Amino acid sequence: MDDKVTNILLSGVGGQGAILASNILAHVFVEAGYDVKKSEVHGMAQRGGDVTTHFRYGKKVYSPLIKYGEVDFLLAFELLEALRYINHCKTSARIVINDQKILPPAVNLGQATYPGDIPETFRKFFKENVYVVKGQEIALSLGNAQAANVVLVGAFSNFFPEIKDAMWVSALKDLLPKKLHELNIKAFGEGKKGL
Amino acid sequence: MKKVLQGNEAIARGAWEAGVTVAAAYPGTPSSEILQELSKYKEVITQWAPNEKVAVEVASGAAFTGARAMACMKHVGLNVASDPFMTLAYTGIKGGFVIVVADDPNVHSSQNEQDSRNWARFAKVPMLEPGDAAECKEFTKVAFDISEQFDTPVLLKGETRVSHSDSIVELEERKELKGPLGLDRKDAPKYVMVPGNVRVRRKVIEERMRNLEAYADTFSGNVMEINDPDVGVITAGAAYMYTKDVFPNYSYLKLGMVWPLPKTLIADFFKKVKKVIVVEELDPFLETEIRALGYKIFHGKDVIPNMYELSPEIVEKALSKKYRAPALRVAPEDLPKRPPNMCPGCSHRALFHSLKSLGAFVFGDIGCYTLAAAPPLQALHTCVCMGGSVGQAYGAGKALGKEGLGKICAVLGDSTFLHGGIAPVMDTVYNKGYATSIILDNRTTGMTGLQEHAGTGYTLGGEPANMVDYEKLVKALGVKRVRKVDPYNVKATMETIKEEMETDEASVIITKNGPCMLHRREKRKFRYPYYTIDTEACRGCKVCLDLGCPAISWVGLSGTTKDGKKRKGTVSINKTQCPGCGLCAQVCKFTSILPGKAGA
Ligand SMILES: Cc1ncc(C[n+]2csc(CCOP(=O)(O)OP(=O)(O)O)c2C)c(N)n1
Repeated sequence: MDDKVTNILLSGVGGQGAILASNILAHVFVEAGYDVKKSEVHGMAQRGGDVTTHFRYGKKVYSPLIKYGEVDFLLAFELLEALRYINHCKTSARIVINDQKILPPAVNLGQATYPGDIPETFRKFFKENVYVVKGQEIALSLGNAQAANVVLVGAFSNFFPEIKDAMWVSALKDLLPKKLHELNIKAFGEGKKGL
Repeated sequence: MKKVLQGNEAIARGAWEAGVTVAAAYPGTPSSEILQELSKYKEVITQWAPNEKVAVEVASGAAFTGARAMACMKHVGLNVASDPFMTLAYTGIKGGFVIVVADDPNVHSSQNEQDSRNWARFAKVPMLEPGDAAECKEFTKVAFDISEQFDTPVLLKGETRVSHSDSIVELEERKELKGPLGLDRKDAPKYVMVPGNVRVRRKVIEERMRNLEAYADTFSGNVMEINDPDVGVITAGAAYMYTKDVFPNYSYLKLGMVWPLPKTLIADFFKKVKKVIVVEELDPFLETEIRALGYKIFHGKDVIPNMYELSPEIVEKALSKKYRAPALRVAPEDLPKRPPNMCPGCSHRALFHSLKSLGAFVFGDIGCYTLAAAPPLQALHTCVCMGGSVGQAYGAGKALGKEGLGKICAVLGDSTFLHGGIAPVMDTVYNKGYATSIILDNRTTGMTGLQEHAGTGYTLGGEPANMVDYEKLVKALGVKRVRKVDPYNVKATMETIKEEMETDEASVIITKNGPCMLHRREKRKFRYPYYTIDTEACRGCKVCLDLGCPAISWVGLSGTTKDGKKRKGTVSINKTQCPGCGLCAQVCKFTSILPGKAGA
């Protein structure tokens, strides 16, 4: 294992399940023998505000926060919340975005406009490293929009071929109540196909 | 066994492993999870206290019997608990007694930003500062040992990026305490803090500090790491993690114990490195103390910010001329913000709509309802401390006299009322004030994640318990005018509030039928499942948008209503978000918000 620390930034809106997604990552990368750190702000952010989680893994991780501009992977559960962190990404970053819009208050009130074609803005800077996943749509087709987060995790898992599917599935089983296992294992599989 | 734990979970685990038997807390971000986690261990008696002062009293009483005990709170909680805390430093303890205090640099979720290390120096008690979850567990255990070894309360400092960060922790078993518990009347001189005894204990404190200083030099959590001898960094906690990340080759003196300081170790470090830099979050605490020891510090708060939180890039920028910020791709200030908001259907929104319509000056308090200060509602006008609204409204009324009648009220949540609102209500009656205090009884401690309290009828562990009767309570305090309102009934609510604000006498209004929308036990059922817009009738006046409900949004399509009125646009209600509270239908002047049909 080299000394490199990999930086994953997860962003979304409170209630979208970004925290579960980051817990899955933690589970998997610890299993794989890495040191991990993850940091998030709770509290006020739960009330429909934006939520971000810094997730880092490597041989030894010190800072729980990713240095500005050093994000290797952006895993965004909402389009505007992806764009908010575009400056945080390395030029070589891989970007995975859930194709979902949740309007912030100022847009609801008609006082601001929701930014136009966000995937296109990303492509301008990150070219072919931008992946848009129809997380919401896929999850709905499986019968539960709530599973969109796990669809995204499934798509994201493609970047880590060294980690076997069984490890992701065991993380899902450990972190979710039994009655949600089947749905989420399916969601993971569909997400994996979806990239 | 290894497990990824959050800092707070690790503190709970550490306390459990250390054999803690009694723990009390009042919730507060970023500390709330500690007790929630600890309540899952059956060997520990855990409870929510009405406020931090009581939590410290409860835990210290347990410690006086020889049991290991803990109290947890956020940084401002220790302000509330400071009275028992400062004097417990004199009495000492018997069983290990640890107070966890979690700071919130950058004020993610607090009413101020303060550096709790100052409390350690002020009270003359030791403080440990972990930097990640593994240290959270380890230091919690050591804190109990130190507490017993030196007969002192011990502070354990958390902070957002430690308390709410997860990392790998090695789990160990619980060690039950051997000694029998008990109280001894002969200990009274140690515990009765009257002047004669205080003077005796005063000396003990000084001696204890000297012993603790010597201990600090040997404490395994104070770690010296000599790499590049040119630059040595003295730091602690999260600040160490950031600095080590960007300058892995510097030498470090990482302090696990931030008070008292290890004088020999510091002297040694100054001998081993050429230039010493102090990197710490918030106040120049270590820096001031190290300078006072006569050392020359190369860099400290001259370059490291003394406000907000640190981060790897802030530390790097401060210490390296070579730092270049990455180029901007999109200007972040151009993006619409996404501030937290009250949930769709929240009873607070309805109540604040009434207050806004009445044009009241609202002395506010701390809870989800503080979000009413934000646009578009902007219907809450102060927020200082838990329970502060009532005394302030009463005081303002005293200053304004008759002029203020009909114009002022205080608004506070149920948990906040029990925390610090009872005494000022009593004061208002006793001193003949006229403040109207509105208790927003949403049946839970909403803001911090729905904790039980003495008014919900359940304990932290979920057992049924006594439920405070607010009406009887305030009547017993002497309040004669006690009213109840259903905030979803805007007209009646406004009438009641207006009447009480205009009356030259203390009054209390309690909301009913308004449980938190996220409440698991008490679900608010509305008459209709949701509401919809009659786009043929909507004139696009935006009155409903002024409620700031996340379910209602503007649709900028111009058109004409069925009665021929031109309009710039209309609104739409997100059916999946709308719980059907009907507030928007009550404010709509053109009856264009209509109940939706189930299943439609
Ligand atoms: C001294 C202090 N302790 C704790 C907190 C954390 N805190 C913020 S709001 C709140 C309670 C809010 O509950 P409640 O008054 O019932 O209002 P709600 O959020 O349910 O509307 C707490 C505990 C604080 N800000 N200050």
